[in-house]
Amino acid sequence: MFDIERWQEIFDTIRKNKLRTFLTGLSVASGIFILVILLGFGQGLQNGIEQEFEQDAATSVWVWPGVTSKEYKGLNPGRRIQLNNENFETSAVLLNDAIEYKSPRIFVRGITVNYGKEALIYGVQGVSAQFQFIENCKMYEGRFVNHLDEMSTAKVAVIGKKIKTDVFNKVESPIGEFIEISGIPFKIIGVYGEYEDREEERIYIPITTAQRVFNGGNRVNNISYTLPPVDNFDQAVAQAVDFKNSLKTHLQQSHTIAPDDTSALNVWSAMEEAKRYYSLTGNIKLFFWFVGICTIIAGVVGVSNIMLIVVKERTKEIGIRKALGAKPWSIIGMILHEAIFVTAISGFTGLIFSMGILEILGPHIEVDYIVNPSVNFKVAISTVFVLIFAGTVAGFFPAWRAARIQTIEALRDE
Amino acid sequence: MIEIKDLHKSYKMGSNSLHVLKGINFTVDEGELVAIMGSSGSGKSTLLNILGMLDVADSGEYNLDNVPIKNMNETKAAQYRNKFLGFVFQSFNLINYKTALENVALPLYYQRVGRKERQEKALKYLDQVGLKEWAEHLPNELSGGQKQRVAIARAMAAEPKVLLADEPTGALDSTTSYEVMDLIQKINDQGNTILIVTHEQDIANMCKRIVHLKDGVIIEDKKIKQVRAQQYV
Repeated sequence: MFDIERWQEIFDTIRKNKLRTFLTGLSVASGIFILVILLGFGQGLQNGIEQEFEQDAATSVWVWPGVTSKEYKGLNPGRRIQLNNENFETSAVLLNDAIEYKSPRIFVRGITVNYGKEALIYGVQGVSAQFQFIENCKMYEGRFVNHLDEMSTAKVAVIGKKIKTDVFNKVESPIGEFIEISGIPFKIIGVYGEYEDREEERIYIPITTAQRVFNGGNRVNNISYTLPPVDNFDQAVAQAVDFKNSLKTHLQQSHTIAPDDTSALNVWSAMEEAKRYYSLTGNIKLFFWFVGICTIIAGVVGVSNIMLIVVKERTKEIGIRKALGAKPWSIIGMILHEAIFVTAISGFTGLIFSMGILEILGPHIEVDYIVNPSVNFKVAISTVFVLIFAGTVAGFFPAWRAARIQTIEALRDE
Repeated sequence: MIEIKDLHKSYKMGSNSLHVLKGINFTVDEGELVAIMGSSGSGKSTLLNILGMLDVADSGEYNLDNVPIKNMNETKAAQYRNKFLGFVFQSFNLINYKTALENVALPLYYQRVGRKERQEKALKYLDQVGLKEWAEHLPNELSGGQKQRVAIARAMAAEPKVLLADEPTGALDSTTSYEVMDLIQKINDQGNTILIVTHEQDIANMCKRIVHLKDGVIIEDKKIKQVRAQQYV
């Protein structure tokens, strides 16, 4: 390997057979390139989906009512179910051990919102203090609605960051400013941020205020919970399913709904959804691996083919070299040395090129579900070695055969 | 120098076996210039290939410089070829992507001679065959005669004990043939042992001894008065 004479001989051969070398190199480099890009996008997809789920608390469970579809205990189907404060409170007590955070929510409808003379077209929602943690709101300024606000039905509002940039661009801070909701002034106490702009276009007020001031009675539009975190993913899913079932049973009993009525109550758990996505990304990753490995196999076959042709083409040369006193192992060594050198150089070229592209373009790629495609360096480098090894094996047998045949046979080859 | 006794060789052609050499006995002393003659199929090339260890005999004895050549593996054979033998072929057998100089230097590479010394030596031998100016040319830029002279320089570069030439003039016109023969005679004059396979009488007459082969046996072996090629050049 460190024989300088051998290296010179190989460089000579490579220099004088540029096309052959180029074609061998191209098949290796493109194989590695495609594999790395594919693996990168597999990773990007996973990153994207993980980010998608970071937006709300991963363990959140949401429940909202619908319309009954089954007759039950003398009640007709087609009944509209309405959740109320009592549902929220009893469920919170009943399932207390399984709940981390909880909040009811009410959509305040039929109102107008004004800031000075400007009419605002943002949705107003009544929530309780813990809603902040369920929605994963980040506070940029001020604070969120708290328990005291709820107790005192305070006329306070928390606005999204987008509202701040759109509306409160003339004041230094919107904190302390007043907005009027249907003519009633509400003091802004905080600005929150979210992952999506859409979710920053909301005005949160205490739920008690929403119910009392805007004729909500004790109605609630939906209730959300988060469950305490568990280390193990499968355990977390099981916990979510358990919780979902107990909650559903409880609400079905209190609203006299048939246990098998699927349309009367909707209970959604992020965990179950996440599991579906995670197994999907798992499968997609597997698929990318499969395609990648097929690409590598194609690369290996390509390299083998080229090695076969190279050896065939050089049979006469091998004969001449043997007639001049080349030993069989020196012939095999020469061919393999060249093959390893070419596959290694082009393999690493493909690797550097593709990783460079991922490094440079990766962070800029932020379409839905694909974020920062990147590849594990160890994986990439091992594939290069696999290809080099395959090239060596593929080159060895024809080289060995060519070195073994009678010199005179090799010389006769045209 | 060369001693062979009762040499047999046959080729398998499907189910038939073609008996090419049917018991050859002959010796070559140092400094001889021998022509091996015969019509095609007489076994003359096969004999030369066996002498050159490019092919193996089925039976018989072969001593080269008092070393018995028998049951040799390829590695050993390669060593002997490199040390003892130089080859000149009808079709030149130059490596076409290497320059004349690199072709001549190649046997020295396999003798593990250093690069610099290799180049110097190769240039010396190219000079001897009168092609010093053509050192950096590729074989396809040379004429047939020039190619053969490069091949001879290559054969000589390893300083072999025996030079084996298989129809060295077979692909050349007569003027060029005589030039090549002149070169071979000069190399012989320096004391080198040379064996030439040919079917041309005028080429054979330029050697010192003619061995005539027919149907795998030697039918005639005589010393002749050498015709110098110099006068035709």
